[in-house]
Amino acid sequence: MPEPVISLVDVGREFPAQPPVRALDGVTLRVDRGDYLAIVGPSGSGKSTLLNVLGLLDRPSSGSYRLDGTETTTLRDGARTRLRGDRIGFVFQAFHLLSHRSVVENVMLAEIYRRQGRRGRRERALAALERVGLGHRTGFPPDRLSGGERQRTAIARALMGEPSLLLCDEPTGNLDSRNTEAVLDLFDELRGQGLTIVVITHEQEVSRRAGRRVRITDGVLVEE
Amino acid sequence: MHVRDLLGESVVGMLARPVRSALTTLGTVLGITTLVITLGVAATAGNQIVGRFDELVATAITVEVPESPQAPLVEWTAIDRLTRLRGVESAAAVAESKDGANVFVRSNDIVDPTRVTTQSLSVLAATTGLPEAARGRMVAGRFYDVGHIRRRDRVAVIGDQAAKMLGVTRLDRAPAIFIGKHAYTVIGILGDLRRERNLSTAVLVPPTVGRQFGLRDVTRVLVNTSLGAAGLITRQAPAALSPGSGDMLQVVAPPSPTRARDKAQDDVNALFLILGLVSLVVGAVGIANVTLVTVMERVPEIGLRRALGAARRHIAAQFLLESTLIGLTGGVIGAALGIVTVVAVSAAKQWTPLLDLRLAVGAPVAGAVVGLLAGLYPALRAARMEPVDALR
Ligand SMILES: Nc1ncnc2c1ncn2[C@@H]1O[C@H](COP(=O)(O)OP(=O)(O)OP(=O)(O)O)[C@@H](O)[C@H]1O
Ligand SMILES: [Mg+2]
Repeated sequence: MPEPVISLVDVGREFPAQPPVRALDGVTLRVDRGDYLAIVGPSGSGKSTLLNVLGLLDRPSSGSYRLDGTETTTLRDGARTRLRGDRIGFVFQAFHLLSHRSVVENVMLAEIYRRQGRRGRRERALAALERVGLGHRTGFPPDRLSGGERQRTAIARALMGEPSLLLCDEPTGNLDSRNTEAVLDLFDELRGQGLTIVVITHEQEVSRRAGRRVRITDGVLVEE
Repeated sequence: MHVRDLLGESVVGMLARPVRSALTTLGTVLGITTLVITLGVAATAGNQIVGRFDELVATAITVEVPESPQAPLVEWTAIDRLTRLRGVESAAAVAESKDGANVFVRSNDIVDPTRVTTQSLSVLAATTGLPEAARGRMVAGRFYDVGHIRRRDRVAVIGDQAAKMLGVTRLDRAPAIFIGKHAYTVIGILGDLRRERNLSTAVLVPPTVGRQFGLRDVTRVLVNTSLGAAGLITRQAPAALSPGSGDMLQVVAPPSPTRARDKAQDDVNALFLILGLVSLVVGAVGIANVTLVTVMERVPEIGLRRALGAARRHIAAQFLLESTLIGLTGGVIGAALGIVTVVAVSAAKQWTPLLDLRLAVGAPVAGAVVGLLAGLYPALRAARMEPVDALR
């Protein structure tokens, strides 16, 4: 049996407050290579917290998290950062594109913290943009793109480093139905190419097209 | 992370808000400009003073000979030994005394016997090198020579002011003046004195003649050296003038040229240097402030970069480099403005601008250091941010 991409065992995350907030409570989850997983749940249930843990942006308070077979909870900050840069691609609801750079430069940004050489970077970025169907907008500044195009730029950036895991927090939250459709088609295609995708959403349409769905309520995760 | 990527990110970050960056450099520009002008003008002006003004002062030595009850400390002939020293351009021995300070001198004008003027003038005895030693010239006639001295000729040379007072204008009829009871032939008028200006109202007589007025022994020796030889001659003159008791002579040497220059400029320079440093500190605070604002504005960007795999040191390095570049830009502009000003001031004063290469290179470096120091705290703040918090 091959090593799973994500293996969470009994993961908890508490925020110090009065009283303490248990944003994640005993979460156990296994995601294999090529899985397309949707996380659904009401607002404030802990979806973003889970995604931050999965993306190594946050540390769980308890439990074990193995990413591609590496136990991450005991890693130091530097090693976690390297692992994050090498294995994980993020797509944020707010896009987080740099407004002073062109589309292609925003995508190229994904590579500057890697050990990969500078040679061929622009070509790789153009290829990633081609993959998300934005080959005709590469020189545009982000603020002249439509919402869907911005999201596709963010996806191209996430794909740039050839991650083994794509994490998306409400990737269609700011999009109309037509743009949502385009992004979901892209996810289907990427999954077909063997990418592992985890998507947070509260939209029926998005969770319906995912292969697997988990529901999180008050920090407790249940498979549907 | 590649160095060129780091540099690229910082330059783009700086140029993303060009007006803000330009305004941020202002304090550094002001500080560096002030420093460069202060140091540059000081160096240039200092050089000029040594080359022009000091030449007169820095080569004049006076040896005071105290009175001695026994044999005189300095013989009249000793002046020859002094003149032979290397570095001595001219020298003369002078005898002055209280008796000779106010002597009634009368001219006897043959053309106009009704006009007889009596003046109270000082009478001095001097050796033949006096016109050069006093840095003057004979405006009429000639100075007495060794022959006059040896023959004890009753001749006199008078200063140009004294000549006016006595009404002596022409020497072709060998005018006579009466010093006390005796008549002396005026053979020359000494003028244009640039040293010992009081000699212009004096009457000079050969040493062999001066005895009659109580001018027996040498009381003072005037020496002019070549440029740079003053120190050496100051040390050698006493022994040459008075072998054996040279240490009893008082040598009045010119102040050392470097110290004379520094003293004159130190106060003004210190003021401007402090002003420049204060501007630099203000500039640093400005850079720190703006960089901090920039960091706070770019929190989501910092979060994104962390998500893309940027380590804390990458974030710190980027902001540190941005503030350093702003400081460096200020330093380069300041150095350029300062140098242009120094050259302009020099041109206006017709000086040769003296530009130290260390200053031209050091000024931008100083600006960069200011930027680096100013960026430390904001860069630390940026690096300490947790990725989750930054992305929220
Ligand atoms: N830093 C924090 N300190 C304290 N409490 C926090 C912190 N971050 C999140 N929480 C709490 O943890 C719970 C889960 O938050 P989370 O952001 O994961 O919700 P979510 O499921 O993503 O909600 P939404 O759908 O509205 O985005 C919330 O009750 C929230 O108030
Ligand atoms: Mg959320």
